Amino acid sequence: MEPIIKAEHISFSYPADEDTKPRKALSDVSLEIEKGSFTAILGRNGSGKSTLAKLMCMILFPDEGKLFIEGRDMTAEGIGEDDIYEARKNVGMVFQNPDNQIVATIVEEDVAFGPENLGVPSAEIRRRVDEALETVGMKEYARHATQRLSGGQKQRIAIAGVLAMHRDIIIFDESTAMLDPRGRKEVMDTILRLNRQEGITVILITHYMTEAALADKVVVMSDGTVADTGTPGEVFSRVEEMRERGLDVPQTTELLWRVKNAGYDVRLDIFDPEECAKEIARAFKIDGRN
Amino acid sequence: MKADVAVGQYCEGSSFLHKLNPKWKILFAIFYITVIFFAKNIFAFALLILSAVLLIAMSGINVKVLLRGLRPIVLIIAFTAVINIFWLRGDTEIFHLGFIHIYLEGVINALLIVLRVVMLVLGTSIILTYTTTPIALTDGIEQLLAPLAKIKVPVHEFSMMMTIALRFIPTLVEETDKIMSAQKARGSDFSTGSLVKRAKALIPVLVPLFISAFRRAGDLATAMECRCYRGGEGRTRMNVLHSTWRDPVMLLMLCVLLTLIILLNKYAPGYRLSM
Repeated sequence: MEPIIKAEHISFSYPADEDTKPRKALSDVSLEIEKGSFTAILGRNGSGKSTLAKLMCMILFPDEGKLFIEGRDMTAEGIGEDDIYEARKNVGMVFQNPDNQIVATIVEEDVAFGPENLGVPSAEIRRRVDEALETVGMKEYARHATQRLSGGQKQRIAIAGVLAMHRDIIIFDESTAMLDPRGRKEVMDTILRLNRQEGITVILITHYMTEAALADKVVVMSDGTVADTGTPGEVFSRVEEMRERGLDVPQTTELLWRVKNAGYDVRLDIFDPEECAKEIARAFKIDGRN
Repeated sequence: MKADVAVGQYCEGSSFLHKLNPKWKILFAIFYITVIFFAKNIFAFALLILSAVLLIAMSGINVKVLLRGLRPIVLIIAFTAVINIFWLRGDTEIFHLGFIHIYLEGVINALLIVLRVVMLVLGTSIILTYTTTPIALTDGIEQLLAPLAKIKVPVHEFSMMMTIALRFIPTLVEETDKIMSAQKARGSDFSTGSLVKRAKALIPVLVPLFISAFRRAGDLATAMECRCYRGGEGRTRMNVLHSTWRDPVMLLMLCVLLTLIILLNKYAPGYRLSM
């Protein structure tokens, strides 16, 4: 199947300021995102993951290489502002800071902002807003002031705003980074539901390894290049490489890795604490040392 | 400074006035102001007071809340009253001390002028600010000015700016609070010293506030672009402002009020306001 987003050898540099040199953010990045998949992008600060996200939703454009969105070459000659606008209708983005992406003072008005921009008729907007708020579990807050909501609730409103535009792809740019554990769980549950039940293609940029472990595919960025890709099991099993790139692995993998280093034969690709405990217990039993 | 500052004085409710179309409400408020300026004698003013009582009843707003809203203008009221009492000359002198002469006409005039100021504030706040959300007001202004867009006045942009400003006021107040706390923790002193010293102490608050506001603006612009915003062209709205039977009824009532006031001005006896 044709991937929904395909990047071929893209490079990008931020232009020079008065006192800084041009900064190379991405060099020779190739990437394929399957339709309906859940991809996590990991990397240290400055590894180029947010730049990649901005390229995918066409806020920035690559200096070199080709970028295809739903089979359409967005870097081709003659792609104008209207083409970008059309393509952007399919790619939604939820940002890190919940306060800086809410436009309106009332929840439902904010959710309506996107469809209003698309020129959707009023009655249809109403229907979509109700539906989107229902999906993120914020229906009872429709008439509330956005200011009074918690961080997790604000992010769910931002997600609803993207949903109301009926988009195929949603990019989450560290959307859980500023939230407390409870807010993070609310948002992650919503993201998973969108991906599994609504079939929306999800690209999640995150610092949290436990979130990345839920993805179908993990892309590890380092110094503006793709350093590793694979299933979470494959990527996290390479514990030493991850450490070299300044990244952690999920705590379960960390524990299993230590057990393995102590001379036991355990799998590393387990992310559920319960399963992890069973695996360790099994290894200990075989070994006969309790 | 509280984080949940209310912008404007909106009181939640579902009264006759709350349900008027904000677009017409702005015009009704202007109409009412005009009517107030038309009133010239005591009888006309009595009718105005009656109309204000009626407005309060139609808005369902607590009288205490309204009186509290008048507090900021007490100084202006006192000033106008004093000026009118001392400056106006008439035929009936009621008090005399040295070079100060106070005439009955001056006292009545002062009373009516004060009444007029109070009515202006009460009337506009009941019709507009107390019963209309700031957002509805912005939408109303946008619709009212819509014809100007034809001659290239950026009406939509103006209204979008207002909306975003309203949205960010609480956020920035919260931020100011945080920065002030942070600077206090570093030993800043905002509450003692001369005015100049205190103003200077605010500079380390304003600089980070401005930087952060610009960053927020950049972020918001990106987010809006991602949500396919590209100006007012081809944009639809979820909530279209509806006009109901209430709008023509309100217009009719204001017209009746104006007619009665003009008639009272002309035929009722008594003192006539000289301003």
